[in-house]
Amino acid sequence: MTTPHRPLRFIRRGQPVVLNHIPPDRTLLEVLREDLGCTGTKEGCGEGDCGACTVVLGEPRDGQVHYSAVNSCIRLAHSVDGMALWTVEDLAEDPLIQPADEPAPRVTSTTSLHPAQEAMVQCHGSQCGFCTPGFVMSLFGMYQRHVVPIQAAGCATHQPITREMAQEDLSGNLCRCTGYRPILDAAQQMATLPAVAVNEPLLLQKLQQMNESGPAAAPDSSYIAPTTLPELLAARAAHPGAQVVAGCTDVGLWVTKQHKQYESILDVTRAAELRQVQRDAHHIAIGAAVSLTEAFAVLKAQWPQLHSFAARFAGLPVRNSGTLGGNVANGSPIGDSMPLLIALRAQVVLASTARGERMLPLEDLYTGYRQNVMAADELLVRIVVPRPGVTEALRAYKISKRFDDDISAVCLVINLDIDAGMVRHASIGAGGVAATPARARQTEAALTGQPWNADTVHNAVQALQAEFNPISDMRASGAYRRTVLASLLQRFWLESQGEDAVSVENFRLEATV
Amino acid sequence: MNQRDNGPTSLPVSRDAGDDPMVAAADAHAADPQPPTAAGAPSAPVPAPSLRAMGQSHIHESARAQVAGAAHYIDDLPEVKGTLYAAPILSTVAHGTLNGVDAAAALALPGVRGVVLSADVPGDKLLAAFAHDEPVFAIDTVQHIGQVIGLVVADSVMQARRAVRAVKLDITPLPAVLTVQDALAAQSYVLPPVFVRRGDAAAGLASSEHRLSGQFEVGGQEHFYLEGQIAYALPLEQRQWWIYSSTQHPGEVQHWVAHALGIDNHAVKVECRRMGGGFGGKETQAGHLAVWAAVAANKFGRPIKLRLDRDEDFMVTGKRHPFAYDYDVGFDATGRITGLKLQMAANCGFSADLSGPVADRAVFHSDNAYYLSDVEIASYRCKTNTQSHTAFRGFGGPQGVIVIEAILGDIARALGRDAQDVRMVNLYGKDASEGRNVTHYQMTVEDNILHALLPQLERDADYRQRQASIAAWNATSPVLKRGLAITPVKFGISFTATLFNQAGALVHVYTDGSVQVNHGGTEMGQGLHTKVAQIAADELGVPLARVLVTASDTSKVPNASATAASSGTDLNGRAAQFAARNVRDNLAAFVSGLDTCGAGAIRFEGGQVISPKNVRQFDDVVKEAYANRIQLWSDGFYRTPKIHYDKATLTGRPFYYFAYGAACSEVVIDTLTGESRVTRVDILHDVGHSINPAIDIGQIEGGFVQGMGWLTTEQLVWNDKGYLATHAPSTYKIPATGDIPAHFRVNLWPEANREDNVGGSKAVGEPPFMLAISVYEALRNAVAAGRAGDAAAQEAPVVLTAPATAENVLKALGRLL
Repeated sequence: MTTPHRPLRFIRRGQPVVLNHIPPDRTLLEVLREDLGCTGTKEGCGEGDCGACTVVLGEPRDGQVHYSAVNSCIRLAHSVDGMALWTVEDLAEDPLIQPADEPAPRVTSTTSLHPAQEAMVQCHGSQCGFCTPGFVMSLFGMYQRHVVPIQAAGCATHQPITREMAQEDLSGNLCRCTGYRPILDAAQQMATLPAVAVNEPLLLQKLQQMNESGPAAAPDSSYIAPTTLPELLAARAAHPGAQVVAGCTDVGLWVTKQHKQYESILDVTRAAELRQVQRDAHHIAIGAAVSLTEAFAVLKAQWPQLHSFAARFAGLPVRNSGTLGGNVANGSPIGDSMPLLIALRAQVVLASTARGERMLPLEDLYTGYRQNVMAADELLVRIVVPRPGVTEALRAYKISKRFDDDISAVCLVINLDIDAGMVRHASIGAGGVAATPARARQTEAALTGQPWNADTVHNAVQALQAEFNPISDMRASGAYRRTVLASLLQRFWLESQGEDAVSVENFRLEATV
Repeated sequence: MNQRDNGPTSLPVSRDAGDDPMVAAADAHAADPQPPTAAGAPSAPVPAPSLRAMGQSHIHESARAQVAGAAHYIDDLPEVKGTLYAAPILSTVAHGTLNGVDAAAALALPGVRGVVLSADVPGDKLLAAFAHDEPVFAIDTVQHIGQVIGLVVADSVMQARRAVRAVKLDITPLPAVLTVQDALAAQSYVLPPVFVRRGDAAAGLASSEHRLSGQFEVGGQEHFYLEGQIAYALPLEQRQWWIYSSTQHPGEVQHWVAHALGIDNHAVKVECRRMGGGFGGKETQAGHLAVWAAVAANKFGRPIKLRLDRDEDFMVTGKRHPFAYDYDVGFDATGRITGLKLQMAANCGFSADLSGPVADRAVFHSDNAYYLSDVEIASYRCKTNTQSHTAFRGFGGPQGVIVIEAILGDIARALGRDAQDVRMVNLYGKDASEGRNVTHYQMTVEDNILHALLPQLERDADYRQRQASIAAWNATSPVLKRGLAITPVKFGISFTATLFNQAGALVHVYTDGSVQVNHGGTEMGQGLHTKVAQIAADELGVPLARVLVTASDTSKVPNASATAASSGTDLNGRAAQFAARNVRDNLAAFVSGLDTCGAGAIRFEGGQVISPKNVRQFDDVVKEAYANRIQLWSDGFYRTPKIHYDKATLTGRPFYYFAYGAACSEVVIDTLTGESRVTRVDILHDVGHSINPAIDIGQIEGGFVQGMGWLTTEQLVWNDKGYLATHAPSTYKIPATGDIPAHFRVNLWPEANREDNVGGSKAVGEPPFMLAISVYEALRNAVAAGRAGDAAAQEAPVVLTAPATAENVLKALGRLL
């Protein structure tokens, strides 16, 4: 008995592509390279860490096209159903990419490279060329998101892409040849080349036509992607064997690296309720299928000091696919969201058809290594973050071998409410130091109700080091993790005393002269 | 105005080139017209000014295809009908007796065609490697976790990989040697130790004013070419073979495949259009893949593609050799070294592979740029039960250079002198006058430019003033400490095995005047094909666009050496130049007959053939010459002059010349956590007269950043079972965009190669890698500034294990409990 595979439809080069018989666990990269013979997109690592497989998706949202660069190697093919897709082969060929001043198809010739491509050529941004398609696509995503709006607004003098933006947005693309300088130059240079843009009204029309035509997917197909929360919960109850996925940035590796096969997949990202962010005076509620990029944007709006922490969370293509809810539900002890959310005193909302919703503190979700309290028919539907009080001080620290796009050896997020020299409330989340993401309860106790001074910090350091017994692995030794826990609390203390030059993250060479 | 503005693109190749006199000067030199080829300039019509291709920053020949996804790598080629896919069966034990392989469960899975084991190798069951010590597939023992025992062959690659998981291995574990210390203790070697002595090290040490001794270790490095290892083996008729291999050495792949199949070399054709990166990792290692695929294809009579996934690539293939050092150095009050005993132990893994020449090159480069009067070096080639370590950019050179630079840094600390002064006082002499220009392997250094280059970089980078301001800043900064260091590089150019320093090329001129070049080198992104095309274009005086370089192919140019040792352009560029010159000479002789002048009076430039009487279009001359039965194609052959050396004593002139350079790097460290950042880099590097400044700067920047990765974030961790725990980019961290400092300036030294080398250029592939040792030295300076302790403690050596991860920096600071 095999469940039917629903058709997979997307727009490519202005035309709908319809594929039948694609298994639910087939990756987008396999479809591109093996089924469609589009070998321009490369596999470098098969785990979303090198970016060679980057493609750009266009999703209709609020009357606009939302562009995101994603890793096709760990993206399930069916997840792009109903979207527009660009690979590196498409940029010079897509009739919907048109000169910005007079929208009409470009005359195809050897000189019709997209500015993202042309800038890479002119800046000598490719050597062996294997990472190049991925970089070009990340650059194309940046071009549509940052360059096109500014050119449309006529801000001729504004520099749409700074070097810092380029470094952050390209940190998920690895190059082993160039040393990156020419690629960073290309990122800045593409805005100076003759402008082009995706003809969005036309694309939206084509997307609408495609999505309205043809039969809707059968509810019992092998790739189930309900569009409402009630349907999603019903499907969860009806298909307990289906593998639940959101952005698939971890499950994708189970397919590519552990060679697992899934007869049936339940994709939560199409349920409208899970993609919403709701704000009231006291809380921010982030739907479980909101991407990490968007979730961090929401959190950064409230806590601007999280900018670097957010930028250092994986690479942009992973943040674009991956979801905050997925990171939390997956519950890896080295995921960076959880220490942050624990420190923010976030609650998670679980839901099922049978029993409705329940809410619990995030740290209570976990019962052991990658184990949690969710029932078989339950799904995580949103994360509720309380807004801060005026006297709260939040700092999120991450220690990793590489500054960007690395998994933390230690993550420590400290949130202290210090009022009139006294610690009123302490909330500390720690990652990389236990089998689950953890709240540092003893450290919190050592701080709460104490005067904020060196003695209290000293006691809290003792408590923090006593509280965890971290393991040694390839990222760091247990001894280092334990030492650095203390160092990070010390850093928080120094920063609270107005010392600004106490972390390499905040160090600026220009500021020393 | 910068000469580069005349090129195909007016964009600067360096952000700083526009206002940089050194770069401008280098370019200006590079674009200088060649001296007239014959006396007596033509009085006949003056042709348009020639546009020479060499010296210009032409874009990479494949750049436009690469950015459009149209450049093909082996996995992108259209597959031949009937192709099957293989996946490797890997040892799960570091050392053991292989009792049996039970593939029954795997064979029962859908799409699985069968397995391939050692018994299926029709020829020699040992690879045709240097030391003949490595089995094709494990025979009766396994020697590291990840050793290939066999293959599963299936209808799709995922079916093959899934089936591998179902294969059961029966292995009885044996004691394993996992560290270089264990290997030294057990005298476990892949090759015998080598000792090089000059002068009397013991006496030198005994009479030295000051002494220091110490030990430290430097880790290995995964190549992390973005395109993983791959081979595609196609059986042809009559036991002939076509092998697509992502390889730096098609000739060796050909030889290995023939050897394993028990057939002659002539029956195997190996082709490689390009690699997605090589860095030395596809010098020998690509041969394994090709042999495995060919043995499987032989068994099944079908084309077989074998592509390792990233984890397999890490687990199977060799890496840069980790080294452990033990030194005892004597020096005078100025810091000049007066005696040195040095032990270098290379972790070679389970087989010799290229470990002999790698360790030799480490010995050759343990002087770096410095004269060592009384020196004794012991080089151990340790056998461990890990992957067999192999070539990697620098080929042991970096492991030699880093130890002497570390010693000099510690000498400076011990004396309280600036390390730059200590380095200057130890440099080889400018010439023979001081009696300090003969290396410990008896080669005379004839081209030392560091006495001028180092002070120039010092000025460009404002080194002295920054050193002072950093010291002042550190005194007021309790947590963050900054460090600054300049290190030079002097890198010997040539294969140390003299026989490899030969190359061949073919130049074909077709009747439409278009030119096709084929040579024995391979393209891995370094721009070799671009440079060779530039050389051939100038030799024939045609526009660069008329020249096409085609895929490396053992059936075109035979017996080619590996594209390695930075020698690709020196060797193949010269061979192509000679081939083009032969065709040009044929055409010149033809035209001289038409115009009744001497052939030497004919010039080829700007797409024209210019005699004293006439200017003709090159294409017209070609057509006419063809009609007159003139040969329009030729071979070219080059062998490097002057070189020789004695393998037994490691003495002689192994290198044709040296490439030089220096870098000034600044870092900041966090003394609470050990985290670090590189904050500024200034480089002044010697590429002679650059054939293509953009490509050369790309090699310098890319090499530097790769070296920075080796010494900072790229940590290979084997666990206590010998399992490589860092086997994917999630755990093995090469530099990313954010690691590049905002100030990252590269200038080119303007002088031509003093030896007669193609276009006056110098090799550039490997030397810049070692510029990153300045980062390591800057980190050690920052650690010294952040160490606890009294003044005496401040003078002690800084022991910083490389890579300088946050944990290793904290350990060096003495703050890791």
